[in-house]
Amino acid sequence: MREHLIVRVIVKMLVPFVLLFGIYVQMHGDFGPGGGFQAGVIVATGFITYSLVFGVTSTIRALPLAFLTLMTSLGLILYAGVGFAAMFSGGEFLNYSAFDPGHPEHGQHIGIILIELGVGITVASVMVAIFITFAERWHR
Amino acid sequence: MEVLHELLLLTLLIVLAIGMLRLTNLLAIAIMTGVYSLILAVVYVLMDAVDVAFTEAAVGAGVTLALMLAAISMTTRVEKRRSGKGPAVLPLLAAVITGMALVYALSGMPGFGDPTAPIHTHVAPRYIEVSPHEIGIPNMVTSVLASYRGFDTLGEVAVIFTAGVSVVALLWRWNRDD
Repeated sequence: MREHLIVRVIVKMLVPFVLLFGIYVQMHGDFGPGGGFQAGVIVATGFITYSLVFGVTSTIRALPLAFLTLMTSLGLILYAGVGFAAMFSGGEFLNYSAFDPGHPEHGQHIGIILIELGVGITVASVMVAIFITFAERWHR
Repeated sequence: MEVLHELLLLTLLIVLAIGMLRLTNLLAIAIMTGVYSLILAVVYVLMDAVDVAFTEAAVGAGVTLALMLAAISMTTRVEKRRSGKGPAVLPLLAAVITGMALVYALSGMPGFGDPTAPIHTHVAPRYIEVSPHEIGIPNMVTSVLASYRGFDTLGEVAVIFTAGVSVVALLWRWNRDD
């Protein structure tokens, strides 16, 4: 891709907006379409587009595989942790109303935002990890 | 009018599927699956299922295509022709029988948009009535996914996690010398 000047410039300009849109979808999943899963995929698409054009080596330098696998586990742990936190606050597993017994809606809000974040982190890091694993093997 | 649009798009999907069967160039087939997903996303939007459409567009036309391209770059770009002569009878038979069973099963399901279908008589009304007060967020799809069926979503995230870990464990070159 070294000689495709137009593609390189456009992708460089586009990637920040793709990532920003991913974060927007993540944060507005409860008001519009979208949520953690879609946001994770969109963020991953930003990174994958970058590595398609600028090579996988620079992506690995920014996101080492150790970091990606850590984030993969972290998202799942965050999700399950919210469930256990609800249990320890006196509710059932994943019943977020227990976070704020006076205002169950408020508790639900906190819970949903946290688990969507967990889903987004896991999905984004898994997609990027799968892609760079494939691309790195082909690269060598 | 809307039914006409949907029929047109669904016909286009069938044409695309037949085209994918005829092709042997894997790169072209991968790109066509992306187009297929995008058209399917439009069909979902016409049916007012924006969340599903969003997922289909982002996953089917976005990430899946990139992963397919990565996989093709590691294997080969052209499908091998089958060496035998004539149609593969046993797979064809299996496909036909499965298809017939599925069509037969369809007859037992409620019709498309049927207001007396079980889902519209007690499941959906309860979510529509109670979820704005119970969960307090406007998007009911998110309410159902993240709260009412949080356990299912936890399972889905575990599946994605497992897929990622499996691919990395199988394909990553841990020692740099080989």
